[in-house]
Amino acid sequence: MSKNKQTYVKPLDLKHGRVEMSHGAGGRAMAQLISELFAAAFDNEYLAQGNDGAVLPPAKGRLVMSCDAHVVSPLFFAGGDIGCLSVHGTVNDLAMMGAQPLYLAASFILEEGFPLADLKRIVESMAHAAKDAAVNIVTGDTKVVERGKGDGVFITTTGVGVLREGISLSGDAARPGDKILLSGTLGDHGMAILSQREGLSFDAPIVSDTASLHRLVAAMLDCGAELRVLRDPTRGGLATTLNEIAQQSGVGMALQESAIPVNPTVAAACEFLGLDPLYVANEGKLVVICAANDAERLLAVMRGHPQGSSAAIIGEVIQDSHGFVQMTTKLGGRRIVDWLTGEQLPRIC
Amino acid sequence: MCLAIPALVVELLPNDMARIDLDGVRKDISLSLVEGVAVGDYVIVHVGFALQRLDPDEAAETLAMFAELGKTA
Amino acid sequence: MRYVDEFRDGELAKNIATKIANESQPQRTYRLMEFCGGHTHAISRYGIADLLPSNVRMIHGPGCPVCVLPIGRIDQAIRLAMRQNVILCTYADTMRVPASDELTLMRAKANGADVRMIYSTQDALQIARDNPQREVVFLAIGFETTTPPTAVAIKQAAIEGLKNFSVLCNHVLTPAAMHAILNVEGGVQLDGFVGPAHVSTVIGSQPYEVFAREYKKPVVIAGFEPLDVMQSILMLVRQINSGRAEVENEFTRAVTREGNRKAQNLVAEVFELREDFEWRGLGTLPDSALRLRPEFPTFDAEKRFGIGYTAVPDHKACECGAILRGEKRPQECKIFGTVCTPQNPIGSCMVSSEGACAAHYTYGRFREAVQ
Repeated sequence: MSKNKQTYVKPLDLKHGRVEMSHGAGGRAMAQLISELFAAAFDNEYLAQGNDGAVLPPAKGRLVMSCDAHVVSPLFFAGGDIGCLSVHGTVNDLAMMGAQPLYLAASFILEEGFPLADLKRIVESMAHAAKDAAVNIVTGDTKVVERGKGDGVFITTTGVGVLREGISLSGDAARPGDKILLSGTLGDHGMAILSQREGLSFDAPIVSDTASLHRLVAAMLDCGAELRVLRDPTRGGLATTLNEIAQQSGVGMALQESAIPVNPTVAAACEFLGLDPLYVANEGKLVVICAANDAERLLAVMRGHPQGSSAAIIGEVIQDSHGFVQMTTKLGGRRIVDWLTGEQLPRIC
Repeated sequence: MCLAIPALVVELLPNDMARIDLDGVRKDISLSLVEGVAVGDYVIVHVGFALQRLDPDEAAETLAMFAELGKTA
Repeated sequence: MRYVDEFRDGELAKNIATKIANESQPQRTYRLMEFCGGHTHAISRYGIADLLPSNVRMIHGPGCPVCVLPIGRIDQAIRLAMRQNVILCTYADTMRVPASDELTLMRAKANGADVRMIYSTQDALQIARDNPQREVVFLAIGFETTTPPTAVAIKQAAIEGLKNFSVLCNHVLTPAAMHAILNVEGGVQLDGFVGPAHVSTVIGSQPYEVFAREYKKPVVIAGFEPLDVMQSILMLVRQINSGRAEVENEFTRAVTREGNRKAQNLVAEVFELREDFEWRGLGTLPDSALRLRPEFPTFDAEKRFGIGYTAVPDHKACECGAILRGEKRPQECKIFGTVCTPQNPIGSCMVSSEGACAAHYTYGRFREAVQ
């Protein structure tokens, strides 16, 4: 805690001001930015220590750490922004390990000229998301790059959580016979973003699903079901996540297309652009693989939680040395759901 | 070939354009390749253009034929 | 989605599948070509092969405008894109097609070329209006479905007097390709065609009558959805069983005999036939492709930039040619799935998501593996 309160001649112009090189230079301007913007919003006892590193209390279990960089464009989208996304993303990475998220570190790379009003909006959104998730942003860093060398703002968050005894979740733990469940509708985030991109813009009431999932995970862990794998299907979509798990576990999978929930408007938007919802990013959904006997019970628990209301059992793990993720289509035929190749591009043909 | 999708015309716009709706997705497309399209019609949309109006009676007949096949199978 | 979901119904699919199984004669093999790449994609993506008896075989045709574009044409586009002053606008489908010198439009973009993916020709026109100091070139590809939108753009540009807009025209024609398939010396044995859905909304069913009349091949024009394709297969089986060769229309909700006259007339105003055009896999075909009419010289990128065409042969091991003609299946190509994958495509059949190789790799390659 600073014993002498620093006062600044002029407060930051958070309405009309812009990021300047001095805000990253380590001097008074940067201190003011941190004090009046970041610290004011993230306000907590660890950040208030005001040191290069935050001293944290001993953990009551094994430590879990995760890191994610966020470069989403546009910065503001229906349902969220880069700020809350950066909190939810890292909280979810910790939650997928079964850990209780506790602390976040946030590093900002700001572009010279970026409006402070937008930065304030982003920072406040982060603070709100962190408070909502009951995590503290305890330390961070700010750098400024010259105009033209950054896309407004990039945020990297690192998270630390604690894993209590008895929880073991891993991508290589799936076994033939296990059931595969999905917590809700696919493709909401990716299509919300795409609908605002230049050249592909369309009006659609599609809202990003960005959310912190750790409370849903806690409910799932507490219900006594035997969980093997937990993962959130972000970039590359469900298809990528399932192929990764299949490869790690040395198994195959068999899915039912008709069981996979997709919001009709998202399905329509995908149809328009020739995209497959299985490959579109999600930021508030999870995939769980559990012992077959526990599937119905787990489904009921998930459906009882606001973030799992559309949860569904979408398939099962099978024996397959090739590691194919197969799917029975709505039509009754079969196909595989392959790895994503490069970036999924819209098509006209 | 060529990805095209039937969509509902919800509004006629100036310059031979129209707003279409596909389950809540809205886009403005060109009607310069078709004629006599009205609000409430379905059109086949390809790369931002309506290519043809969809005939709802023919569509119903086609579907009825599929269903009929099941009875005599 | 109305008029879409109903045509994907699994129960109705079973009905049609049962009919096909009952009516196909066990001692016969039905070799049916689905011409259109969109149909190839639908067949693979829905697993329609699982719903057909083993003696009804679908052979993938060349109706994929990206697949039939020879390397030399992509080279032209890349050369233009690399010019300082040019903004090259393209549909996303062409971005990863491998061209000469290990380049693709995607790589050219990474190397600094201003390549922009657009959804519609309207977007390209807007880019031209917004960037009067730059040259905006639209890479036009596609069969008859996609040609009318290009025609509209050129007419619009002419009316507005846009000084910086031009089109690199690679529009090709369906009937010419069907003739070529049927005329290949020692080519694949075909018993009938599943005709393209959206091309036919524009050209109508009339242009296919020559194939029924002269070549005695039944043609059934199929809608875009999987039930449409299955129904068309049933209609073809019936024609073949009764020795008929007619043009039938399954896609009656969008296709008439005359097609879309307004669109056809617009195309005729802006485009004329090239004497011939090189197609990947089919060789050089006469009267098979379009170029801008002489009345629009400033909008023709080939004239405006004086770019010539240099034919470039396919990679030696690439079997796209045989696959496009229906003579080989993707899995019969020696480099399929090993060297040539969607991640590292050697030929265009693997790049385009409706190319036979990409469709089989992405949706169907498990069939061989799990045998």
